[in-house]
Amino acid sequence: MSTATAPLRLALLGNPNCGKTALFNQLTGSRQKVANYAGVTVERKEGRLQSPSGRSYAVLDLPGAYSLNPASLDEAITRDLCRGFYPGEAAPDVLVCVVDATNLRLHLRFVLEVRQMGRPMVVALNMSDAAQRRGIGIDREALQRELGVPVVETVAVRRNGARGLVEMIDRVAAHPQPPSVHLADDADLHAETRRLLDATVAMPRRTAQIDDALDRWLLHPLFGLLTLAVVMFLIFQAVYAWATPVMDLIEAGTGALGEWAGGVIPEGPLNSLVVDGIIAGLGGVIVFLPQILVLFAFILALEESGYLPRAAFLLDRMMAGAGLSGRSFIPLLSSFACAIPGIMATRSIQDPRDRLATILVAPLMTCSARLPVYALLIGAFIPSQTVWGGFNLQGLVLFGLYMAGILSALAVSFVMKKWRRDKSEHPLLLELPSYRLPNPRDLLIGLWERALIFLKRVGGIIFALTVLLWVLLNFPAAPADATLPAIDYSLAGRIGHALAVVFAPLGFNWQICIALIPGLAAREVAVASLATVYALSAADDDAAAQALLPLISDGWSLATGLSLLVWFIYAPQCLATWAAIKRETGSWKTMALAAGYLFVLAYLASLLTYQVAVALGAG
Amino acid sequence: MTLTDLPLRTPVVVQSVRETAHNDPIARRLRELGFVAGEPVEVMAKGPFGAEPLLVRVGYTRFALRRSEAARVQVAPATEDAA
Repeated sequence: MSTATAPLRLALLGNPNCGKTALFNQLTGSRQKVANYAGVTVERKEGRLQSPSGRSYAVLDLPGAYSLNPASLDEAITRDLCRGFYPGEAAPDVLVCVVDATNLRLHLRFVLEVRQMGRPMVVALNMSDAAQRRGIGIDREALQRELGVPVVETVAVRRNGARGLVEMIDRVAAHPQPPSVHLADDADLHAETRRLLDATVAMPRRTAQIDDALDRWLLHPLFGLLTLAVVMFLIFQAVYAWATPVMDLIEAGTGALGEWAGGVIPEGPLNSLVVDGIIAGLGGVIVFLPQILVLFAFILALEESGYLPRAAFLLDRMMAGAGLSGRSFIPLLSSFACAIPGIMATRSIQDPRDRLATILVAPLMTCSARLPVYALLIGAFIPSQTVWGGFNLQGLVLFGLYMAGILSALAVSFVMKKWRRDKSEHPLLLELPSYRLPNPRDLLIGLWERALIFLKRVGGIIFALTVLLWVLLNFPAAPADATLPAIDYSLAGRIGHALAVVFAPLGFNWQICIALIPGLAAREVAVASLATVYALSAADDDAAAQALLPLISDGWSLATGLSLLVWFIYAPQCLATWAAIKRETGSWKTMALAAGYLFVLAYLASLLTYQVAVALGAG
Repeated sequence: MTLTDLPLRTPVVVQSVRETAHNDPIARRLRELGFVAGEPVEVMAKGPFGAEPLLVRVGYTRFALRRSEAARVQVAPATEDAA
């Protein structure tokens, strides 16, 4: 046999929430490869398993499915792959059907459906420890006999909890024996499920009192919403408070690296490219990694614990009214840190239409990169005075800018809902799994994967854009007798002057237009660029903002300041977000649509702001 | 009587799932999720806005269903011997 050379292919499949991914982590450890299936953005996870007997397997973690009668892209992929119809993927040699032992009523039906495919298979009776604790008695041998396929108990979250499964896989792989096929329709499958349950499972009268008690509070119309608000508040605090020291370290690190490289590489274009272009540019993006990791640690923990679907339950009605779904909530929340992890988090939305709507409005959430710009402009144009009995006017404006983003997102998704030709009903049908304690190892593996995805993007498209931007900013070089800042002679400078014509109705002068160009890489760079344009030599971004304050508050009219603030609510010019949209949707058209509509909104809103402000005498 | 007419925490059993269109995919999915004749179900909670969605327990599994989805599920009071 060829087993010594080509590894046998295992596929894990099962209902969502059956603990399949934890079992996959248990089997393959960190030897995993995460990518997408060809042509679609469904995550494909493959890992290696070396059994104690020396056999080697390629393990595929298929998307969760309730049925092989697909209702979503995930389920269609699972079905096609099991049958060996998926282009570019060989049919698996052995199917491992994972079921939650505490939820056999739902999961056994799927096992029967899988058995009908007539492929060699093993049933992994997962979470068998939880079933025991709840007093659910399962006669494994009887179940194995009735099903006619091997049944093994597993505890995915316990060390060696899958040892028996690996032994069974070895045995089945050595003598593959397809189950006998008896085709049955839907009603028969249910009747058969019930017969199996009656014959092999002893259920206590009531289970899951913990779930009942928790749901009574966490889904309560008042306390539930209150708890959700507290949880969100804690996440925000953590994202800003815990990540800051690490971000400072990264900034100091990239600064030191830049200085070192600046000293080692001889003066000239190469020095500037490495120091100002690559190190400063990539450093400016990597600095967000700690925030992204803290955020994802919370999201993964909430997801594992079973709370996330509860949050979706609480907010579904509100979000459905605006053309989104309860599941859109977490991606949009993430987007307040940065739209990129937010767009990545839309993978949990199965419905493609809801997912697209969520991706398109995610950039409207005020990301942390906009804060430096807001801080500069508010400091320059909004007086720090107390209004309406105790509120700080500057704080109110900042709050207003956040709210404007949220309301715009709801309005945009509402308009998209009205315009859509597809008016068919898209169901919620969301399973609320049992509460469980998150497993640290699964959290760490999940975080590691997110970090890799982010860093790969930084290494690829963001790297290329950074270099391109550096070229625009530095070529052609200023002549020897230059009187204006060097940026004025560069390609970016020329583009800025040309753009000034387009942006004149918005009240933007040519200096602002130039600053918008490097702001393409990351919005907060706009502040540093304004400093460059005004020929300031400032040690760092904070110092630049300090020095800029008097200049722009004297030099610009209030109308211009307000107009620029409004511009940044919609701020379409973050290339990294565009790249994320392109990657997650696999469509240039969607990316162009997102960039285009954000630009149009930004232009119109700023135009309105400027013209109204001028008419009121603020010009 | 459908799931939407039901007060909170009233155990009933499923009679049938009604199709609102020919080959209704949502009705089919509801059946796959275990909403089939004879299964005990119970509405456990209602969403905070407009009593939507409903949290429905079927067997030992909980699902959030929007009212339009829950309205497809016809139910009848649980008889003593079935409980």
